Amino acid sequence: MSFIRRLVGNAPPRILWSLAILLALLLVAPALLGKYWLSVLILILYFAFVGQAWNILMGFAGQLSLGHALYAGLGGYIAAGLYFHYGIGPWAGVFAAVVVAGMAGAIVGYLGFRFSLAGVYFALLTIAFSEFTRVAFDHWEWAGGSGGLFLKVEAVTDIINLRGGPVLFYYVILGLAAGAFILCRALLQSRLGQYWLAIREDAEAAQAVGVPVLRCKMIAIVISAALTALAGVWNAFYYNNLFPETAFAMGRSIEITLAPIIGGLGTLFGPIVGAVVLTGLGEAFTDLGDVLRIPGIKQIFYGLALLVIVMYRPAGVWPWLADKLGLKERQP
Amino acid sequence: MTADFLLNLAQAIINGLLTGMVYGLMALGLSVIFGVMRIVNFAHGEMMVVGMYLAWMGFEYLQVSPMLSLPVIAALFFGAGYILQRSLISPFIGRPEHQQFLLLLAVAILLVNASLAIAGPDSRGVQMESQFDSYELGPLVFDAVRLHAALAAVAIALLLWLFFTRTRTGKSIRAAADNNLAALVVGLDVRRLYSFTFGIGAACVGAAGALMITIIPVSPFLAVEYTLLAFVIVIVGGLGSMTGALLGGLLIGVSEAVAGLLLQPSLKSMFSFGLLILVLLLRPQGLLGKGSQ
Repeated sequence: MSFIRRLVGNAPPRILWSLAILLALLLVAPALLGKYWLSVLILILYFAFVGQAWNILMGFAGQLSLGHALYAGLGGYIAAGLYFHYGIGPWAGVFAAVVVAGMAGAIVGYLGFRFSLAGVYFALLTIAFSEFTRVAFDHWEWAGGSGGLFLKVEAVTDIINLRGGPVLFYYVILGLAAGAFILCRALLQSRLGQYWLAIREDAEAAQAVGVPVLRCKMIAIVISAALTALAGVWNAFYYNNLFPETAFAMGRSIEITLAPIIGGLGTLFGPIVGAVVLTGLGEAFTDLGDVLRIPGIKQIFYGLALLVIVMYRPAGVWPWLADKLGLKERQP
Repeated sequence: MTADFLLNLAQAIINGLLTGMVYGLMALGLSVIFGVMRIVNFAHGEMMVVGMYLAWMGFEYLQVSPMLSLPVIAALFFGAGYILQRSLISPFIGRPEHQQFLLLLAVAILLVNASLAIAGPDSRGVQMESQFDSYELGPLVFDAVRLHAALAAVAIALLLWLFFTRTRTGKSIRAAADNNLAALVVGLDVRRLYSFTFGIGAACVGAAGALMITIIPVSPFLAVEYTLLAFVIVIVGGLGSMTGALLGGLLIGVSEAVAGLLLQPSLKSMFSFGLLILVLLLRPQGLLGKGSQ
């Protein structure tokens, strides 16, 4: 009970009620929504989850990674490869995926933080590792090379091997997103979370008052990478195919960063709000693009929307929204 | 080690050096912008692609050779860069990196998809008569288009160097880069200088685009590749160092060409990124960069 009390902390009752209602609605959503809206909701939850994972490293610990596709790609490839070659189901394969991605995160992090690369330089290091891995997977036969790795689509629902329809994947990603939300809240309430914020605000000052900066950054990147790998595994089994060109693409990495930045960096609700805004815009512009029939027009509107948001809400949508709705948490 | 192999290697190195000069000019634009304003232009490859498309359009619809349309494209890019800095980017100077990143990402998305909407997804190349000309030096062959492009890139880099060392505006920009506050104190209009700088950076990449279209055809999908390539080059050479950008361009041009010869061509970017990782870890200020990050 004390864990839950600590988790709740000073959150206003209004926000708790809203969360409970939201969760209840999400739990019954598959019964209420048609196929299309369920697929949109799945997309939102996916971006909310993976955004939450990225937010731990950037939003909490202040380290800009533009190469998170590395961890999602590794996770997806390892779980899918184990299933494809040896019939090892994803519930077991996910452990290997998480361990490998966590190790990759540790390597990138150690090299970057040890040599105190910060800001743009660290971001470029993460891009370089992701691109390097992309080309390597292009030439790795076990993983299907550049031709891709395909999982057989089966009609039966088989929870053990994570085979089935959208509803199954919906509940899995809902569980992941909810779990990540609670984990992030717990992390922020912990001493580690406070250390991260101190490092984000001023790493030198944090070091001076005795915060173990290197260790804290390492923990952040390993947790972030491991969670991102979970998203990668889910993604691989949901879409049933993997190509190095897309799995490790810079575009995939950028996609991961957008929801938390748009929603509000370092906030718990930022990735969720950002995922809703971006997926909503994306779907609306797809419809518009279908009507206008000009190649690239969807992306042009998307780019304009990003431009407007970053110019007028540079700190993200959520902090502004929370203020408007009176949902600001009281400072202890 | 046969003589044949050595000849092929020498030929690959020559081609790499010539293409590398154009890479260098492209990266120079990124380096100038970062060196002065500390802004990483995430839309750099997209700007390059737009430059290539403009040169292609000039050739396709107006029958103007890319070499002749180059000054016009560079001038257009200068104006566009000036306005872009003045209107959009200026408020973001000194803001957190992720906000700058998002802003330029939005610009990149707009540029590349506008190209896609206007020119379509197919590759577009120019077919010039000089395409098959070459100069021979003993057993070695210099492609005429590559050689002309490389020479033009060198000439532009030289002009830029003269601008930064001999003109009042150029010196003022360097002063603002060295010490923003002091430049303000002595009465320099830093805001205007910044717009000027972004214009120059854009003109470099526009010119590089006009040169590059004579070497390879353009498609919107090249944009990300060029952005990454420009990052690799300036980091290897040293972010903010002009000579470093040119040297980095040559290095990456040669390493790509040699990797294409010795390994599979598709492995060449692994080579570049491997180099990037090494430089970031061992000498993050780059080969010719100076001092702190």
